[in-house]
Amino acid sequence: MAELMTCKELVELVTEYIEGTLPYDVRMRVEQHLVGCEGCTNYVEQMRQTIQLTGQIREENLSPEQKDDLLKLFRDWKRA
Amino acid sequence: MNASVDEASLLNSLRAGDESAFVWLVEQYHATLVRLARLFVSDEPTAEELAQETWLAVLQGLERFQHRSSLKTWIFTILANKAKTRSQREKRTIAFSDLDDPASDSPTVDPDRFKPASEGVWAGHWVEGPIQWREIPEDSLLHDETMKVILQAIDLLPGTQRAVITLRDMQELSTDEVCNILGITETNQRVLLHRARAKVRQALEEYLQPEH
Repeated sequence: MAELMTCKELVELVTEYIEGTLPYDVRMRVEQHLVGCEGCTNYVEQMRQTIQLTGQIREENLSPEQKDDLLKLFRDWKRA
Repeated sequence: MNASVDEASLLNSLRAGDESAFVWLVEQYHATLVRLARLFVSDEPTAEELAQETWLAVLQGLERFQHRSSLKTWIFTILANKAKTRSQREKRTIAFSDLDDPASDSPTVDPDRFKPASEGVWAGHWVEGPIQWREIPEDSLLHDETMKVILQAIDLLPGTQRAVITLRDMQELSTDEVCNILGITETNQRVLLHRARAKVRQALEEYLQPEH
């Protein structure tokens, strides 16, 4: 059996694991490790939560000046 | 694009000159355009200007827009092209792909969190593993706080990582779209994304640890 993957190695593969881009054998080793490791299972889950939360961010509102500038741009375009 | 907004009807409204459709669009994307523009140009006013030029190009190109990509991807592509042209004109000829990302092969998790080699078979395993985060509250002040923690962490990232996580995870574009917009390889994109996510996770970990 190949040497077991350490937690330190696993955390650097998490993005590729989640993206589904790991080669099959490496993916199997990651999954083998996850079965027996609560810390890494939580780490992967935290990464998934991080991605999901980042997707919920809506950026700050526009300042009144920004909005005025953009409206002027729109009205000029419309007239043209 | 927000799933609740139908892109075709949005485009029709824009083409018909509906101001509220335009306002909706700039509220969705203007801040992100300025954020991305800042990567290529030296100051905030120039970034703002680039974002405005992008909107004008969007309006002028509406008739020609072919749906080969989503409207959102098309807008970001226009911005990236304008930004590259501009930074060349300013003689800042650094291509995005050359922007240096310091220490891109250093570990993304503090090595002290793992047992040292002296621990034999346990070397490289967590000293104290990550735990389950306390429940993340929805639709509350605390939820807004969580979002702020993420945005602050993103703002502290090196520019290239910030661009990739903004487009991939905030704007939810695909790997291919991000590689095209930024002119980077898939491998490079994945490395930058990995480092960016790891730092945001760490910021969240500090914030979301269950109370002791």
